Amino acid sequence: MPGDPVVQLDGVTVIYGQNEALKNVTAHFARGAVGLLGPNGAGKSTMLKALLGFVKPDKGRMAVLGLDVAQRPLEIRARVGYMPESDAHIPGMNAVSFVAYCGQLAGLPPVDAMQRAHEVLYYVGLGEARYRNIETYSTGMKQRIKLAQALVHDPDLLFLDEPTNGMDPKGRDEMLELVRDLAHNKNVNLILSSHLLPDVEFTCDHVIVMDKGQVAAQGPIQELKGPAGRVFELRIKGDLPAFIDVLRSAGLECQSTDEDVMRVFVPSGAGGGTSDQLAIFTLAARHGVQVRHLRPSVPTLEDVFAKAVGEVVPNP
Amino acid sequence: MPIHDQSYRRYGGGRTAGGRAWMVIAKAGIRTMLQKRLFLGLLLFSWAPFVVRAVQIYLASTYPQVAAVLDPDSKMFRDFLEQQDFFVFITTIYVGAGLIAQDRRANALQIYLSKPLMRAEYIAGKAAVLFAFLLLITWVPAMLLLFLQVMFKGSFEFLRNNLFLFPAITLGAFLQALLATFTMLALSSLSKSSRYVGILYAGIIFFSAAVYGAMYAITGGSTTLSYLSLGANLTQVVDVIFRITPRYATPWPVSLTVLIGLIVLSISVLERRVRGVEVVT
Repeated sequence: MPGDPVVQLDGVTVIYGQNEALKNVTAHFARGAVGLLGPNGAGKSTMLKALLGFVKPDKGRMAVLGLDVAQRPLEIRARVGYMPESDAHIPGMNAVSFVAYCGQLAGLPPVDAMQRAHEVLYYVGLGEARYRNIETYSTGMKQRIKLAQALVHDPDLLFLDEPTNGMDPKGRDEMLELVRDLAHNKNVNLILSSHLLPDVEFTCDHVIVMDKGQVAAQGPIQELKGPAGRVFELRIKGDLPAFIDVLRSAGLECQSTDEDVMRVFVPSGAGGGTSDQLAIFTLAARHGVQVRHLRPSVPTLEDVFAKAVGEVVPNP
Repeated sequence: MPIHDQSYRRYGGGRTAGGRAWMVIAKAGIRTMLQKRLFLGLLLFSWAPFVVRAVQIYLASTYPQVAAVLDPDSKMFRDFLEQQDFFVFITTIYVGAGLIAQDRRANALQIYLSKPLMRAEYIAGKAAVLFAFLLLITWVPAMLLLFLQVMFKGSFEFLRNNLFLFPAITLGAFLQALLATFTMLALSSLSKSSRYVGILYAGIIFFSAAVYGAMYAITGGSTTLSYLSLGANLTQVVDVIFRITPRYATPWPVSLTVLIGLIVLSISVLERRVRGVEVVT
């Protein structure tokens, strides 16, 4: 069904020894491009591996494309493409053989697999290097070949685990363009796991923010970015920690984004227009703090992330 | 429209039925090995004993005076398989050591297991590569010798009198190939270095033989402890299969149990080691 989520997790817990990698996670991945965002160790890769059946959850249920992961893993994997985070290839093969081989493993007839391999390699920008042994590839090319092998069997859903890892800025932009094109023009649903906010913001419509094995926030990015209220960039000279406390006690949320710049969130209903700035100036003057920079800003995914990771609410 | 829009399109063709991925893996593995000149040389060299035996059969069939000395009997086929032990050892190391170790080194397991195939299919595909080459240097030439015996002699008399040879060659060669394949695959799954795996395999074969040799010397020439040697166990069981008096005092069911135990142990190791993700706790 068009409106159904492509991936659904209900109370999933994964434990590695003493470490709870996923803690009672309940999440719904909408169709289209969904970003799986979180710092390193948040449980993003574990979630993808659990969805592929690599890791068996200790508790909970998961469904991918409407199919139960525990019951029908092979059907799921036939319809899913996985681009792993680490370097991964089949030794001793050139790119076109490798991608065609992956296509055959996914059930494509040999002739179709070879044809698709050529097409997909051109698509990811490796057309000219397709007869080279993969072991001679640069890091960026290895990322592209991993995307190609995930795409060759035309999956309905792509799992991309840190697809821009180790890429130079130009390569990274190209990779993100590819991901965006797949999701928005080729009707491929995808889950992009990344700790890089700009990557997710550029490519995805929805986001699930993970932190310490839990879902910290989830929903459409625009909706999460646009909470009622306004945002200001603020730089001051004075006792920064003390002034943050002052702002917070005045009902304003503050988050440091750099060494001396912070973002101040003014909730809706509080003044509006120039009265917000005036309130900040007044508080600064009252506490002997110089305001060096104050300008209105727009909410970003970074704000959503910072807010979510700072206030993790465990699932019931 | 940008060029890349034209280069990617959704796939509308058919898909093969499930359960065939092991054949894809096996074919690719065999093709890769056959592209190596050194391996082709080894294969050719491993057929040298076959040529010698074929000449023996020809001479014995053509010249009655030679037949008095070199007339082939059922033991010749057993001896032929035993001669191939050396090539089985070399081929097992050459082909088998890297089968899983190289995939582990290149993180290929997560590529394989993210496709619609079971772990058993992956193992079956890898096993088929080594198994096929081992049969190519044991079962295939032995059966060809049997065929040549009939051809050169111009009668089925030898075959009629030794009808057990067909199942004996098959059972002996398959048991040997099965044992070597699963032992090597299990070892290959334990490491990322095929060189280390090769050394480990050779170490196990030689160490078990050395332990038995030492016990043989200590016990004053008793072969009761031959079950300590992997090679001796195989020899013992294959001797029984070929209806030859076993050369060790160990009961053949004990030797067979050791061999089956080793295969089961290897499968258990593979079950634990072949996974899409390595969890270190």
